Amino acid sequence: MSDAMHPAIVSAQPSQRADSDPDAPLFEGEYKDRFEKMLTRYPEKRAALLPTLNLAQEVRGWLAPEAMARVAELLDLTPAYVRSVASFYTMFATRPTGKYLIQVCAGIGCDLCGAEDVTERLLELTKTRLGETSEDGKYTVVEVECLGGCGFATIVQVNDQVYENVKAEDVEGLLKELD
Amino acid sequence: MAYPYEHRRGTRVLSKYFGDWDAVRIDGWIARGGYKTLKKALKMSQDDIIQVVKDSGLRGRGGAGFPAGLKWSFMPKDGGGTNYLACNADESEPGTFKDREIMRWTPHQLIEGIIITSYAIRAQHAYIYIRGEFVDVVRALNGAVVEAYERGYLGKNILGSGYDLELTVHLGAGAYIAGEETGLLNSLEGRRAEPRLKPPFPAQRGAFGMPTTVNNVETLASVPHIVENGADWYRQWGTEKSPGTKLFSCCGHLKRPGNYEVALDFNLKELVFDLCGGPPDGREMLAIIPGGSSVPIMTVDEIDCDVSYEGIEAAGSFLGSGGLIAMDNSTCMVHAVRKMVDFYAHESCGQCTNCREGTAWLARILRRIERGQGREEDIPLLLDIGANMAGKTICPLSDSAAVPVVSSIQKFEHEYMAHIRDGSCTAVR
Ligand SMILES: Cc1cc2nc3c(=O)[nH]c(=O)nc-3n(C[C@H](O)[C@H](O)[C@H](O)COP(=O)(O)O)c2cc1C
Ligand code: SF4
Ligand code: FES
Repeated sequence: MSDAMHPAIVSAQPSQRADSDPDAPLFEGEYKDRFEKMLTRYPEKRAALLPTLNLAQEVRGWLAPEAMARVAELLDLTPAYVRSVASFYTMFATRPTGKYLIQVCAGIGCDLCGAEDVTERLLELTKTRLGETSEDGKYTVVEVECLGGCGFATIVQVNDQVYENVKAEDVEGLLKELD
Repeated sequence: MAYPYEHRRGTRVLSKYFGDWDAVRIDGWIARGGYKTLKKALKMSQDDIIQVVKDSGLRGRGGAGFPAGLKWSFMPKDGGGTNYLACNADESEPGTFKDREIMRWTPHQLIEGIIITSYAIRAQHAYIYIRGEFVDVVRALNGAVVEAYERGYLGKNILGSGYDLELTVHLGAGAYIAGEETGLLNSLEGRRAEPRLKPPFPAQRGAFGMPTTVNNVETLASVPHIVENGADWYRQWGTEKSPGTKLFSCCGHLKRPGNYEVALDFNLKELVFDLCGGPPDGREMLAIIPGGSSVPIMTVDEIDCDVSYEGIEAAGSFLGSGGLIAMDNSTCMVHAVRKMVDFYAHESCGQCTNCREGTAWLARILRRIERGQGREEDIPLLLDIGANMAGKTICPLSDSAAVPVVSSIQKFEHEYMAHIRDGSCTAVR
């Protein structure tokens, strides 16, 4: 049994990039079980909103308006409420991203150790601009706030994989490793 | 592998098993004495546990330093409704990365602390609110929670004591303000992480309207050690007002950045120059921020003090979260402060006008000074905006945003003036 199936475990992996059929029901099979289990861990349905959005993002890769509407229905909330909560949190992707979402820490700790050079090199090699997806749909490079690894600067996170101590000269190898 | 940040002058209580892969899983943890204290605690009365933690003088490690035992004593004892424990694992204060290390190396140290604390405050459900970005840590933590359930340390009738506790790992989704305790509670309830007005305090009306204690990861991880060894043992380290040991996450311009655990009467200068090795070769240390980006910047001449809460305060800053940021003479102070302010501007939840607009203005003015387009009047303007942001808002984020600006102008005004008057920068490259 994977940890995710244990009755007490509700966390989804929103940083995973799935691309399931957008017309299929949001949660099926294992995902349906996981969603139903979420409801049992909170005294109110609304409290399952963040875990449910995380799960929806694990399934779909991003949160389309239809996915958020479906989450609203499942939790007896209005779609407007779900959107207003989702837009508050930076990890919820309300636009599709590239196959590899590359997040570079722009916090003070990494900045002091050359994070801007890492970002510049990433943009140069992926031929993208900050926040935009490359033409081949492969890469989206974004800057994010402190990722909680400041002593191991620069922190770069690609989907659910964390890279520590990244220097500008490591970027080329890191991108090669992804392919 | 030896933990790379081990140092003969450090004191390893919390970090004793950092770097030890065998300590991560439950069998290894039990072999190292884990969950022994839980058995002892479940035979003690709740009040006795609260008393020993009070006597130990343990202070909250999330930033504010509030005495943990005292906070627990505010929780109702009658057992009428549900009590909750919320473990604050949102760790997003720039420069702080200690809770992540506790959770990834010793998840069971935290879980044992959570169970003992929950028992003491009569909680029936504990939530670990962990920032969603910590993907690898969540995996380690989930695995540990499953193991603890399987061994009967969680769930119904824990170890035959009659005490029931559920533990749920709840992921955030990217919002610094969810680290503020009432923002955390709103976020846990499925709302925007907007801080609430206090009172009521969480112990009166917390999660789902019920009494709740919010404690930081490091605070909770310290609890088993204190319950096991007693208050006097804990007080062998530190000072009267700041007993025990603390993790310092050290980053920036250092030869050996990383997490160091020291007694709370350790000297700050020695932490920077001895344990962390000082700045890289050929550079000179310029400034130190000792407790995360929300505390005042210190010049390198000010850091000959001990790292206790009162020691750093007397030297002009705060211990805060223990996130130490070192800046050497290659740093452009205006740029560094602008980066910190950008963060607060981005993370302001927007409820209070002074915070929402103040942070945006500070960022805008700093940006133009950094580009060499500043004016001399910008300095008093920054100070004026900063003064209007302090003490006027629902939560202290607004105060925090002004801190790096005001303290850097006090101590490094010449760096601002170099940008404004000559369009140049004093940083040595
Ligand atoms: C803007 C803001 C952000 C905060 N972020 C955190 C955080 O990430 N982790 C944390 O433990 N405490 C954080 N705190 C402090 C919490 O509000 C609270 O004091 C703490 O979790 C209480 O636990 P403790 O007494 O064990 O320190 C933050 C406070 C503020 C005002
Ligand atoms: S001070 Fe800022 S972050 Fe805090 S509640 Fe007000 S607007 Fe939100
Ligand atoms: S500043 Fe990059 S991880 Fe903290």
